[in-house]
Amino acid sequence: MAINREFLGREYTSPEPYEVTRVKIREFADAIGDANPVYRDPATARAAGYPDVIAPPTFAIVMGMEGAGQAMFDPDLRLDYSRVVHGDQSFRHSRPVRAGDVLTCVTRIRDVKALGGNELLTVDSDISTVDGEHVVTASNMMVVRGGAAQGSE
Amino acid sequence: MTAVIKYADVEVGTEIPEQSYPVRRLDLVRYAGASGDFNEIHWSGRVAKSVGLPDVIAHGMFTMAQAGRLITDWAGDPGAVEEYSVRFSAPVVVPDDDTGTEITVSGVVRKKLDDNRVEVALTARSGGAKVLARPTAVVRLA
Repeated sequence: MAINREFLGREYTSPEPYEVTRVKIREFADAIGDANPVYRDPATARAAGYPDVIAPPTFAIVMGMEGAGQAMFDPDLRLDYSRVVHGDQSFRHSRPVRAGDVLTCVTRIRDVKALGGNELLTVDSDISTVDGEHVVTASNMMVVRGGAAQGSE
Repeated sequence: MTAVIKYADVEVGTEIPEQSYPVRRLDLVRYAGASGDFNEIHWSGRVAKSVGLPDVIAHGMFTMAQAGRLITDWAGDPGAVEEYSVRFSAPVVVPDDDTGTEITVSGVVRKKLDDNRVEVALTARSGGAKVLARPTAVVRLA
């Protein structure tokens, strides 16, 4: 069944703020195999001009996934997750995510369209501090394989 | 806060030397845990093959992160990477052995922008295929 077009523009706000910790940043840096000390050592980060360790540029996916997941797993959206592959991804940073940040994520369904028998779902996640400072926007396009063909049945 | 590479020292066409990043099954398990993406196609060959993939494939975001390392290491300050976007064009297939596979990444400065920023075009390959289409980063240099 095709994705519910009525969901275009719908917004999902993270149920609770995400607290960014040094441990989580180090874990993520370890997982991508990146030994850069600015992800691990507060003194190095401060010498580089940051208040605390910063996160790699793709770290925001941890929060973006949560936001996209809220949208994708909304049953009324009628998205078949087993057919989903990641189409594209972008990050636009106002500044790096850093340890100590307390962030909220607002995810909006920006676009739904059919293309060549597939359906493409694009969501934007605006990630800001609880005080309203924009940190990063993560945009995510997912391809639902065969989604459009199914919807025409 | 400040990149190592100076804006004045790069031109359109300046190349970032190629680097290769190894990928084994263990790396994908670790990335699944750290990122929260436990999709079984990234660790179960059985499930991957059942949905028509040749074998377990890397998370697209893992591949994006590896290509990102080329940029953050080049710039010298990961915080200098303001924008970073990719399209996933082919899967990185990771065999269940001790060596796995590798992702080979290179880059070239495509545009000089205002505010000491440059646009860098990346290339990422694995197993003979381009695994990212038009990966692009905007980096603020010193």
